Amino acid sequence: MNETIIKTLSLAVVLAPLAGALVAGLFCRVIPRWLAAGAAIAGVGVAFAASWLIFQEIRAAQSFLHQLPVMRLAEGATIPASSFNIPIYTWMTSGSYAFGVGFLLDSLTVTMMLVVTFVSLMVHIYTIGYMKDDPGYNRFFSYISLFTFSMLMLVMANNFMQLFFGWEAVGLVSYLLIGFWYTRPTAIHANLKAFLVNRVGDFGFLLGIGLVLAHFGSLDYAAVFQKAPELGSATINLWGDAEWSLMTVVCVCLFIGAMGKSAQAPLHVWLPDSMEGPTPISALIHAATMVTAGIFMVSRMSPLFELSTTALSFVMIIGAITALFMGFLGIVQNDIKRVIAYSTLSQLGYMTVALGASAYSIAIFHLMTHAFFKALLFLAAGSVIIGLRHDQDMRRMGGLRKYMPITWITCLIGSLALIGAPFFSGFYSKDSIIEAVALAKIPGAGFAYFAVLAGVFVTAFYSFRLYFLVFHGKERFGRSEDRGQRTEDGKHDEHHGLAAGQKPHESPWVVTAPLILLAIPSIFIGYFTLEPFVVYGLGYFNGVIFVDGAAHGVMGEFTDHFKGALAMGLHAFVGAPFWLALAGVFCAWFLYLKRPGLPAAIQRRFPLLHALLENKYFADKFYETVFAGGARLLGRGLWRGVDVALIDSLAVNGAARLAGWGAALLRRLQTGYVYHYAFTMIIGLAALIGLWVSLPLLSGMEAREWWWRWIYSLRAG
Amino acid sequence: MSSYPLLSLAIWIPIAAGFVVLATGGDRNAALARRIALAGATLGFLVTLPLYVGFDTTSGAMQFKEVHAWIPHFNAYYRLGVDGISLLFVLLNSFVTVLAVLAGWRSAQERAAQYHAAFLIMSGLVNGIFSALDGFLFYVFFEASLIPLYLIIGVWGGPRRVYAAIKFFLYTLAGSLLFLVSILYLLIRSGSFAILDWHLLPLALHEQIWLFIAFFIAFAVKVPMFPLHTWLPDAHVEAPTGGSVVLAAIALKLGAYGFARFSLPIAPDAAHFFSWPMIALSLVAVFYIGFVALAQTDMKKLVAYSSISHMGFVTLGFFMFSAFSIEGALVQMISHGFVSAAMFLCIGVLYDRMHSRQIADYGGVADSMPRFAAFFMLFAMANAGLPATSGFVGEFMVILAAVQFKFWVAFIAASTLILGAAYTLWMYGRVIFMAVANDAVRALTDISRREFLILALLALCVLGMGLYPHAFTRVMHVSVNDLLQHLAVQKY
Repeated sequence: MNETIIKTLSLAVVLAPLAGALVAGLFCRVIPRWLAAGAAIAGVGVAFAASWLIFQEIRAAQSFLHQLPVMRLAEGATIPASSFNIPIYTWMTSGSYAFGVGFLLDSLTVTMMLVVTFVSLMVHIYTIGYMKDDPGYNRFFSYISLFTFSMLMLVMANNFMQLFFGWEAVGLVSYLLIGFWYTRPTAIHANLKAFLVNRVGDFGFLLGIGLVLAHFGSLDYAAVFQKAPELGSATINLWGDAEWSLMTVVCVCLFIGAMGKSAQAPLHVWLPDSMEGPTPISALIHAATMVTAGIFMVSRMSPLFELSTTALSFVMIIGAITALFMGFLGIVQNDIKRVIAYSTLSQLGYMTVALGASAYSIAIFHLMTHAFFKALLFLAAGSVIIGLRHDQDMRRMGGLRKYMPITWITCLIGSLALIGAPFFSGFYSKDSIIEAVALAKIPGAGFAYFAVLAGVFVTAFYSFRLYFLVFHGKERFGRSEDRGQRTEDGKHDEHHGLAAGQKPHESPWVVTAPLILLAIPSIFIGYFTLEPFVVYGLGYFNGVIFVDGAAHGVMGEFTDHFKGALAMGLHAFVGAPFWLALAGVFCAWFLYLKRPGLPAAIQRRFPLLHALLENKYFADKFYETVFAGGARLLGRGLWRGVDVALIDSLAVNGAARLAGWGAALLRRLQTGYVYHYAFTMIIGLAALIGLWVSLPLLSGMEAREWWWRWIYSLRAG
Repeated sequence: MSSYPLLSLAIWIPIAAGFVVLATGGDRNAALARRIALAGATLGFLVTLPLYVGFDTTSGAMQFKEVHAWIPHFNAYYRLGVDGISLLFVLLNSFVTVLAVLAGWRSAQERAAQYHAAFLIMSGLVNGIFSALDGFLFYVFFEASLIPLYLIIGVWGGPRRVYAAIKFFLYTLAGSLLFLVSILYLLIRSGSFAILDWHLLPLALHEQIWLFIAFFIAFAVKVPMFPLHTWLPDAHVEAPTGGSVVLAAIALKLGAYGFARFSLPIAPDAAHFFSWPMIALSLVAVFYIGFVALAQTDMKKLVAYSSISHMGFVTLGFFMFSAFSIEGALVQMISHGFVSAAMFLCIGVLYDRMHSRQIADYGGVADSMPRFAAFFMLFAMANAGLPATSGFVGEFMVILAAVQFKFWVAFIAASTLILGAAYTLWMYGRVIFMAVANDAVRALTDISRREFLILALLALCVLGMGLYPHAFTRVMHVSVNDLLQHLAVQKY
């Protein structure tokens, strides 16, 4: 294939959004709104179009290769011919290392590129409507385009250095966007928290990258994956004498980075707080794309993770904990965005479980379907929020289906996809995960299977709790006593809600059009793209994602059972997940529509459980007190205790004072009076005599004898 | 290669300009003094550019050499030259001087001529330090450079300027006296003041150890390394903005440069002998000082402590003895020159308007100073080591080199990812974001064209180095390899 065309296209993919961001950002105070929005949207549009062309090129290249056998891991993971490894420039050389900037374009990358640019494009369009009254309109466009650039750099990287660049850059933009309304103290608290928790993950990530460089001698994916099998049983010495498996340490370190970015327990605390940012970015960054960077990264690193079953177990258990326990928290939230945020955490847990089961392509599949339906849900929530004049509390919603029909239907579609209703896109990806986990045999798989199965019920419950509270039941908005009131947590002073008697109305077309465009893939994309993702060896991910079939045979078995999308959808009606989801929907209906008084009663009946969920397992409080508070306390203690007291006061100023005293003392001696000097001489003589007498006494002998001995010893010498 | 004595020009143009500026006299001619100072500084920077362009990256030898007899009786010569280690610092210093002059344009209203003259003379002397190949010449420049900085802090500083200036002066002077003893000893042993001869001088281990200790005290004070660092926060807090810029961007580099030019090649076996204590002190700087920075409420103090923490990476890199780590240390030095200068300039921009350095007096600055907020964001992120800024490159190299060296060393060093972000962004959030704190903040005016120019120049440097560090590392390779050769061979 023509390399220069691919290179030009790939540069266009990253540079077009960057150019849009620069135009909208550098000139945000001088250019009109339409120009900033136009530049940003054009940039992302170009990126989407170019990604589509690259996708076509890769499909074309694959069609030549589809007859090739599945590559085995033991043969070394070489970059297959259907991918393009494009160096752009040498970033730096040092010692024996060279670091470059370049792109690796293959089926995995291009899938991510399409998802990122498509969702980003939808969010850009939606923003025109959502932010139309905001004074930071141009700045916002600049940020989301910059985000798109960073995310594309992340997924398209052909080396770890650039991956880390993208990784941190999306973190920066996330920081800027969470704090977009920078006058709110809660937003500033949330963005610092998000950045720092991510940095904890990056701490592990960077050490992982360091280990890769130290043991593989390069940060280029191609070189690292090539060399991975040789180092499969290598061990390293971290501290002391204990030997650790190199691959396990590397993979766990890298995965810690993924835990930060993809908000896996216990580094999940930043994601719910990130809802302080405007809703479009909750959809784009904190649901569809950035938070899935960890999932993408682990899939990209499949040649490494496949070499450590221990690391995979770790991944699976962390994912299972996140999938189940974060879902529970979604049940007690009243802020519409926070419910969806916890749902995102839980779904990220599902993807992580799939990674642990070596079902990387299924994780990517769920990543893709989730990007569509979760972006849809967030944008629908945003539409509701506009309709209610920036009220986010679900207790003041209800019955909105009459007023916002498009939002209602699209949100229902999103919810059905999320809970895994058969034939919806979310069904295919989630059911595939559950089935893959059922087939997994690595330690922790039993627990993970229970977690993902129980999670189905929980997901259905909180999703339809949200749906019923918002779109059905009594109309609870526009009540005069609520007007201007703060929400329960007292955070959002700007939430006004509707005036008494005012009715919400459907959002403008720039808001609803993206909803519709996202609803379409939320329904259909699972059915039509299922096979390349779940059927092992079909060719789409051949040579891109590696699975050690002998050790982790999940994908192979999955493929053996697979009978096509239609059969899978029909089969669902006799499977446990479907009935669990139905039970969840029924419970939500019963508790929130049929008997709305019941939840409060349950809450009173189980106060401890409710307190635990209400306080999010006390994780935030624990971190704030122990880590944030502890660090500040330690800092103050070290500063006051060591720097100020010990070094400065005692040592430095002490030395100065000592010199001063010494000088003062010496000065006092030099009085100039003869009798002072004479007296000093007498004292000196007395001291000498004293010494003469006292020295021998120390040895317990008589004075004369001691001195004789001393003289003899001199003589003998 | 150019036949002009470029290094001499780099030294003497700023010094001569400094005296011309002095000659303009009192504050009546302040405007003229400033213009001459800017012209002198700019010219001084321009003459260093051919050094980079004409530098032969394939050679580890000293380039642009100049040798003249100076005090033949002592064997002291006027010997100048730069290699891949010192070259970039001459450029950095000359560049930062331009910024320092611009930064003092409005803030130094009293004795403006003397103020700018001090910076110009300082700049020439520092170029002398980085290019001197004669131990005695080095010493003269090294000591002389104290005087302008002492005056800058002591005359144009804050309320406790005298305490801070004396503390700064005594600390560094005490260190450099031991340095004088060492170079005299080396003169006696080798019969020459030529630093390059000393590199080849065979020395017994115990001699090396004594020399290393003496060098250590002289240079560790300047870096500064824990526990000899407490003069720095005081000096920064009291210094005027330009003083802080020069102190952080340039003066701190002198110590680190001393390690690379003297300690490592002259006493390599002692360097190996002391590598663990040096690494331990470096890690203390990164980790302990990181926590101390968290506790600061004064912006300048916070950035001063952050400076110490970042310089910890320099000494850490030097004492892991690999090409990757030493180049990382050198990159970190250059980057710190840009980033710390930028941080202090940003604080200066605020101080000029509000006359307060207390974080608590600010809040919501973004509302009234959006352009400034954007620049400050970039520099804060560079300070926190974000990729694509210069702050990332050095830390990345040193941490990755540390993984290779000992995993747990890297583990401690990498804590800067969290600590550095915590204190920098905490400060940024409190100052720039949040609701407008008071009427004074509401009335702030955004940066002027002059301030914009200064910050934009630094922003270009920070981003340029982050995006293409190859331009900086490429000149280092051969010289660093030579340094490693010295370190690899036993000298006794």
